[in-house]
Amino acid sequence: MIWFQLQSLMGSYPLALRGLGMTIALSGISLVLGTILGFALGVLRTSGSRWLDSAIGLWVDLIRGTPFLVQIFLIFFILPELGIELDAFTAGIIALTNLAACFICEIVAAGIRSVPTGQVEAALASGLSQWQRMRQVVLPQAMRVSLPPLVGQYVLLIKDSSVVSAIGLTDLTRVGWLVVQRVPNGLLVFAIVGIGYFVVCYPLILLARRLERRMSAAHGEVQL
Amino acid sequence: MLENFSFRTIVEYLPLFGQGFAATLWLSIVSFAGALAVGIILCAMNLQRSRLLQLPAKIYIDAIRATPLLAQLYFLYFGLPRLGVVLPELFVGILALALNSGAYIAEIIRAGILSISRGQVEAGIASGMTYAQRMRLVILPQAIRVTIPPLLGQAIVLVKDSALLSLISVAELTRAGQLLASDRFMPAEGFLTTAACYLVLYYGLKSLAVFSARWLGVRPIGSRT
Repeated sequence: MIWFQLQSLMGSYPLALRGLGMTIALSGISLVLGTILGFALGVLRTSGSRWLDSAIGLWVDLIRGTPFLVQIFLIFFILPELGIELDAFTAGIIALTNLAACFICEIVAAGIRSVPTGQVEAALASGLSQWQRMRQVVLPQAMRVSLPPLVGQYVLLIKDSSVVSAIGLTDLTRVGWLVVQRVPNGLLVFAIVGIGYFVVCYPLILLARRLERRMSAAHGEVQL
Repeated sequence: MLENFSFRTIVEYLPLFGQGFAATLWLSIVSFAGALAVGIILCAMNLQRSRLLQLPAKIYIDAIRATPLLAQLYFLYFGLPRLGVVLPELFVGILALALNSGAYIAEIIRAGILSISRGQVEAGIASGMTYAQRMRLVILPQAIRVTIPPLLGQAIVLVKDSALLSLISVAELTRAGQLLASDRFMPAEGFLTTAACYLVLYYGLKSLAVFSARWLGVRPIGSRT
């Protein structure tokens, strides 16, 4: 029985590979776009404009306060009503990028705020332009604080990409769902799906942990 | 089109959304209670010196954290009947949420306990306290203080995660939105109302977290909500 099922599962490995590819493509593309957008939003948020800060803050709150599934449904079903035609893949990318950007914006803003004001004042006194201050003084120091949660956020993003299966994209989770209709062994099928995610996510979790440990060690040195 | 956004239909469906809201609320509370139990047990195992207890807890926590909730939910939903356990969808959903959040809560509690400075423990030892006394009288009262805000953060995550239960057709908030969207072909009305209901829960829990952090004199929740 189990051998028969395993054989049947072996037969669906091209589908599984395609699902894994879809998961990696989705999370990879929105990870890059979300990081760029998130950094831009985070810098804007700390730029000193009150109006910009609260506008971004409100948007971040709205996204953080609603389930990702609902956001995907909203984008996938409502944008076409507004006359914007989009397929499931684009909708998934938009939803994931937006989600990633909101979380990364908060991480980056927290990192920038953690840089002591003395640093900015010193940069001002050295006659650096605003762009130079950001790029050469503030961001490198902010990155040290932001990097561990940033990597942790990537793990969450990869996991959240599983939710796009709800609008019919054949990612890894959807493949599991399809296969389990033919091979009625949910434990086996979704254990394999889980291994697929684990292989991608676990190295990142370990990396985040290592970065965090290294950062707190470095922090300890500064305090001494 | 959005110019004929129908508030009337939303009002018509309000009882359904009311039921969905109540369902999301109580199933989140039940799942959170379960998650606390799972988290406390996992954390207790994780803090033991014996590798035999530590290792299973570590493996469990890592396995949960490295895989998506949706895959875990399907694992239970399609897998439990295979083991001869046939549960209603609602119970499968609550079980999945509790088992998932439990792993995160274990880490939150562990971080709280480890944040108590070594001197406190040493002072306890020097006063001749046993391990249980130190835990109960010295470490836990201080650890609980720092863990409450992140626990509320985890509660926010859990409420939002509970939306996934709609995919195994549990009648909750997102399901209510889906029903309105599919019955009347009004996705905007359905999902915007759903989102608004979640925002009520989010802002409620968030202000509770901020308030408790101020009251307890610890820093407010981080970014993982």
